[in-house]
This record gives sequence, structure tokens and C-alpha cells, in this order.
Amino acid sequence: MPKLAPLGAVPLGDCAVYIEFSKELDLEVNSAVQRLAVMVHGRALPWIRDVVPALGGLAIHFDPDEPTVHGDALAAALNLVRDCLKEGLPKADDVVRTIEVPVCYERDFAPDLAEVAAASKVTVEEAIAMHSGSEFRVLMIGFAPGHPYIGGLHPKLSVPRRATPRAIVPAGSVAVANDQTVVYPYAISGGWSIVGRTPLKVFDAERQEPSLFAAGDRVRFKPITRAEFQKLSK
Amino acid sequence: MTVRILRPGLLMTVQDLGRHGHQHVGLCPGGAMDPMSLKLANALVKNDVGAAALELTVLGPDLEFERDALIALVGADFETNFPTNRPVLVEKGTRVSISRAARGARGYLAIAGGIAVAPVLGSRSTYLPGGFGGIEGRVLKRGDLLPLVEDADKLSHERFDELKHKRANSVRWHVPTVTVPDREPIVLHALEGEHFGDFDANVQRTFFDTVWRVTPDSNRMGYRLAGPTLTRAKEDEILSAPTCLGTVQVPANGVPITLMADHQTTGGYPRIAEIASADVPRLAQIAPGGTLHFARCVLDIAAELRKDASTRLEQTLRGIAWEYGK
Repeated sequence: MPKLAPLGAVPLGDCAVYIEFSKELDLEVNSAVQRLAVMVHGRALPWIRDVVPALGGLAIHFDPDEPTVHGDALAAALNLVRDCLKEGLPKADDVVRTIEVPVCYERDFAPDLAEVAAASKVTVEEAIAMHSGSEFRVLMIGFAPGHPYIGGLHPKLSVPRRATPRAIVPAGSVAVANDQTVVYPYAISGGWSIVGRTPLKVFDAERQEPSLFAAGDRVRFKPITRAEFQKLSK
Repeated sequence: MTVRILRPGLLMTVQDLGRHGHQHVGLCPGGAMDPMSLKLANALVKNDVGAAALELTVLGPDLEFERDALIALVGADFETNFPTNRPVLVEKGTRVSISRAARGARGYLAIAGGIAVAPVLGSRSTYLPGGFGGIEGRVLKRGDLLPLVEDADKLSHERFDELKHKRANSVRWHVPTVTVPDREPIVLHALEGEHFGDFDANVQRTFFDTVWRVTPDSNRMGYRLAGPTLTRAKEDEILSAPTCLGTVQVPANGVPITLMADHQTTGGYPRIAEIASADVPRLAQIAPGGTLHFARCVLDIAAELRKDASTRLEQTLRGIAWEYGK
């Protein structure tokens, strides 16, 4: 693993800083950023409000006037990150969860599956096997609460985004585009090709852990029947 | 005890200071668009400054109180049938009427004891995109009954009795509303964003020279600014990265968007600027059609602006506490 060093610290205004490690998607950097975020978050410092791992870096949101900052919060944030890197990041196996997400790939839950399969020159059954047979990893949560960008899509299933986005994609829809897969937490508009739907709630504010996914999670999609979907929806 | 909503006005929601600590799962802090005014409104009825209150937008509601209540409306200059920016004891059955805001966009109506909806993830704020918080996660409508604390009327009378300078059902003084502009365009201090350098010198100048107009499709998530189109010189894709309250991003159509309370936590658009945090509550007081321009600023100035704002707030809060006999 190459030594991780920040490219820079970009102020996001005066109450947050983006500490950037890569301007391109590099899976090793992405994984390191997630583990770094876990570590920074674990310090539970009173002046830090939020630690947000993204694709190529992490944001630290802070209260710059909190008394324990002692001066320049931006410098303090950067020092904290350097300090964590020096101490050594936790191993992925120690901090990363593996979650299994049941997905029903039946036609009415997967309006674009046949099209994706055709574009990939495979049968629908093969497409399902490819999607459910791969190990994925959550690269980032963003766009909407609990909305994961998940990497590890079988290259054959990598289709471009749809020319015309759908006005409403049902909650729980599992969709693919550009080497990634997403799971829509709410009924929102979206331009990805829908290949299935999970009965699980992706984000539930009333749940102990509101978000089903966390950045870094290893994800497997498990095909389920319509009957299982109905049962799990209850 | 409850408050009945006879007429909802425009986009009225329950808001407090929001929920921090969830941005890593894509949930922004949200909360009051103008937290300064929320804090003042709460202090005026002797609540904790972060208690839940009603956020009004441009057009206020008609409300009816089931029992006597101590209230205060702070923020935009609404036409009302009661005095604003001060504590007012309203009698049960009175119709509290708030119509159009002549100046400013948002008002905060605080009620002694706060609005007693159940907290979700540590906050009573309504988060409209996620449909939770406040009342069923939605905008308030006609006929809604807002829950108050059980003894809100008793609390209201006790607190009103503590006030030094009473006149009938109110007081002879009022607090200044510091976030509502006297004139437009307002000036917002802005730091260069990460991608400021991706725009050529002309566009950079245009950004700071233009008087921008807030468009009608602006909301609690973001304000769109009408003006010249800002074209980025570089064409490469930008990796999605975290955003912040006050981030100014420029999508491919060249129309800048300022991120407001309910913003997305990450975005893949170039970030041309970051508005100083102390200026964001003033931006929240600009209604669609209102105008603003950006003044270049650095972190030290942003810190000074923050200090000024908090000193002014502290002074006013001390003044209010003194009127309550402290």
C-alpha cells in the first residue's frame, strides 16, 4: 500500500475543510480515506461536528470557535489527519462490515434489466448472476441520505447513464451505470438503469442506525423471489 | 396544549438548530435557515435558544392558541396583528395573524416551552427531502394541531410576570433583527472555492462584479442565481466531493447554486466559492427576486465576521436576560 499523503487542505468556507488525497477515483485511496474517517471520527473531539469520507478525500466539519480548538481549526484538522496517518490506519478487516442485500430481479421491479442484458450481450439470467455474484464495496454515501455509490460492478454490466432520467424511481430500486451500482433510498428522480429492487429500507431516520450502508461496506446482492420480497417488505 | 393552524401561509415548517453528526451517511444538518433569528425568538420567550419554533417563509399563517401563550416573532418584517421582535402574551382563542413579509424572507415564531414534536435523530427540525422531523416531515397545513408542552400556558404566564417593562400584553422594547437587509443588493463575503482557478480571469471577475438575482426555484436546499452564465475553462470531470452550507457550485448550465440548510452532502459540480458562515443567515433572508453580490474574503475576515455576529448576538441575549430580571 503506497504511503497516503494529503494533496492539500481546501477550506469549505470557515467551518469545514476538505482534505484531498486523490483527484481521481483510486480504490486503494478510497478505502484508506474511509478507514481514516473511522479513525478521525473515533477521536470524538468536541470541536468536530462531522467527518465525511468521499471518493478521494474526506471533509471535516467543525465549530471553529469551540474552546478546545485553540486557534486555527483548519490547521488543527490537518494536524489531526497527519497524526492519524502517522499512528497507522486500522486494517479494513477490523472496521469494514459485510452486508447482504436481498434483491428481487423480477421484471416489474427491474424495468431496465432486459435492456442492460441485451446491451451487455448476455441473457437476463446471466446478468442477474453477474450482479449477484460480484463482491461490491460502498465507495461513498451522498446525493441523498443513505444513498450509496457502490463499486465493483461486473464490467460487462457497465452501461452509460440513461439519456432521459426517470422523474421518479421507486425507493429501494437497485440500478447500474458506469462501473457502479446504487440503491435509491427514496422515490427520487434518477438516470441509472434499474435492475432490481430491495425490500429493505435504505434510510430510516427512526432506526438505531438510520443508514443501511456505510462507506467502505462490502456488499453482496442476494436474489430473492417475489414472495420473499413481499414477506421482507412487511 | 396545542396551536391550531387556521391558514398555513407559505412553506411553514417546524425547525430548530438541526442535527449534526450524520453527514457521513448523507444527511445534512438542516435546521433553521436563519439560526440567528431563531435564537433571538427563543430567547425572547425564555426558551433554550435551540428550541423548536415555526419557520415562516415570505407569507405567514393564521394561528389560534388553545390556551394563553407567550410568543415572539423574529426575522423578516411581516405584517401582523401583534407587535414583533418582542415577547407577546396572547390570550386563548385569539387569532394570531401574520401576512406578507415586506422585508426579508423568513420569520421564526417561538412559543414558550417550544414545539413539542418528537425529536428524530436528536432534532425536531423538519427535513422535507427525507420526510421526517417536525410534523410528519412535511410542510404544515390548514387544520394541523401543533403540540406544545403540557403546561405551556402556566409557563407563559410565569415568564411574562418576570419581565420588567411590561405594557398590556407585551413590552415597550424590541430586539434588532440583524440578518434582515435594509437594502439590496446585500453583500456576501465569499472565499475562493476549490475550483475557482478552473474559471478564467474574466469569469472570476464576473462572479464578483455581478449583482445576482435569486430565482423563484430556490428553496431550503439551495438558491439558484440568475445573472451571466459562468463557464468553466476546464472540461474534465470532477470527482464527487463533500459540500458545505454556503458552498457556491456551478453546474454545467453555468447557473450558480448556493447550498442552503437542506443541501446535499456531496456534489460533483465545480465549487467556485464558499460563503463565509456568518453571512449565510443573511442570505436566508433574501426572497426570490432579491439581489446580492459577492465580496472576496479570506479565512481571517470570515473569522472576524463570525466574531462580530456572535458578539452582537451575545449582547442582545444578555439584554433579553436582563429584561427577564437577571
